[in-house]
Amino acid sequence: MTNSSAIVVEGLRVRRGRREVLRDVSFAVPRGSVTGLLGPSGCGKTTLMRAIVGVQIVEAGAVTVLGEPAGSPALRNRIGYSTQSPSVYADLTVVENLRYFAAVLRKPASEDGAVRRVIDEVGLSDHADQLVGQLSGGQLSRSSLAVALLGAPELLVLDEPTVGLDPLLRDELWALFRRLADRGVTLLISSHVMDEAARCERLLLMREGQILADDTPLALRSSTGTPDLEQAFLHLVREREALTS
Amino acid sequence: MNPSIMVATTHRILSQFRHDRRTVALMILLPSVLMILLRYVFNTEAAFSRAAPALLAVFPFAIMFIVTSITTLRERTTATLERLMTMPIAKLDLLFGYALAFGLIAVLQVMIAAGISLTWLGLEIGGSVWMLLLIAVLDALLGTALGLFASAFARTEFQAVQFMPAFVMPQVLLCGLFAPRDQMTPILDWLSDVMPLSYAVDALTHVTISSDITATLIRNLLIVAGCAVLALVLGAATLRRRTP
Repeated sequence: MTNSSAIVVEGLRVRRGRREVLRDVSFAVPRGSVTGLLGPSGCGKTTLMRAIVGVQIVEAGAVTVLGEPAGSPALRNRIGYSTQSPSVYADLTVVENLRYFAAVLRKPASEDGAVRRVIDEVGLSDHADQLVGQLSGGQLSRSSLAVALLGAPELLVLDEPTVGLDPLLRDELWALFRRLADRGVTLLISSHVMDEAARCERLLLMREGQILADDTPLALRSSTGTPDLEQAFLHLVREREALTS
Repeated sequence: MNPSIMVATTHRILSQFRHDRRTVALMILLPSVLMILLRYVFNTEAAFSRAAPALLAVFPFAIMFIVTSITTLRERTTATLERLMTMPIAKLDLLFGYALAFGLIAVLQVMIAAGISLTWLGLEIGGSVWMLLLIAVLDALLGTALGLFASAFARTEFQAVQFMPAFVMPQVLLCGLFAPRDQMTPILDWLSDVMPLSYAVDALTHVTISSDITATLIRNLLIVAGCAVLALVLGAATLRRRTP
């Protein structure tokens, strides 16, 4: 498709054992936007994100990321990915973790400025020299998020980055996501909390391995004639069920 | 492959150990403690000198195998491996990084155990002390490489722990320590021929009696080193960027 899309997914199918986890998923994510991937737990959000960062075996379909097929070696230092369970070493400090991942991204270790910057961005400056294993749940997931921010990636794929955070921190992180998008970074952020949806420019609503809707929050509310996104989601689910029954 | 990423990986693993001093102490001192125990089980320096060189290879081999397989399994089962697989790191950077970190620990481990055996415990060998050290370190590296490879077949830490008896014990039983290899039944003799530890023990037995560097000794060392490299390359082949 066009160059203005950071992610283009066409006819994606993923099967795990006998279960079809993603069933013919197609959509595009515009560059420089914050797109929310919303849906109940177990609907295929993580599998879809794994397909986009190129670590998921897919059965059929095409995933194009920043103009290259997903998983291409050329993409490996252009994407920041944060898994749902924190992917940092519990027996290293926050700084030691970031220095290691910075070295893997071939950012020289002397570039401590970058390490300090991402620690600042996720609000962990006071815990920089603490062992990750001793951090609280929210701090742990922020240290994992910090790794994804290293190396100024063009695309950030964040799997439930705000789970378990207090509202103030959540607000700060969303402000950070907004600033990154203003700089031209594309963000795909999953959540199972509907109240986060309103902060995104575009929404992908997922259920049982399919995309129910791909639109702006405003358009979703008006097209379904509902006051909030939770209601809009329910409306779409019922509409789909009425069609298939 | 990128050497700077490999070295960064080694540095990262050693930093992880620095925060876990008890594990480091266990790894470095355990073979020495076992050698001391062995010395007093035999109760004569002559009997100790016959068995000790082979065990100087077997203890680090077994310990490095189990430590490596658990550590790499932890990396495989936590999300850190998945994150690394989205980054510009070659699989061999990761595996050789591991091998280098554990290799350095193995050198320390063997130096201390050999040093104590040769001085306090009265181990006497006919060959060169340096050759003895070299073989023992190679053997610990072999344990590391096999541990890295074996971790691919374990899904849980319970399984990984049991690979120690499965991978290591048959090699210890058949390596010539309990019965000379050429006196075993043909099938066991053949099995011992395909097990790398047998060649390490052959080499060590040679070093205890002679200081000659023979073609057989060099061949045995090359077999042990070759098996270690092979296990690392096979370990890299079992790492997949894409998983189900």
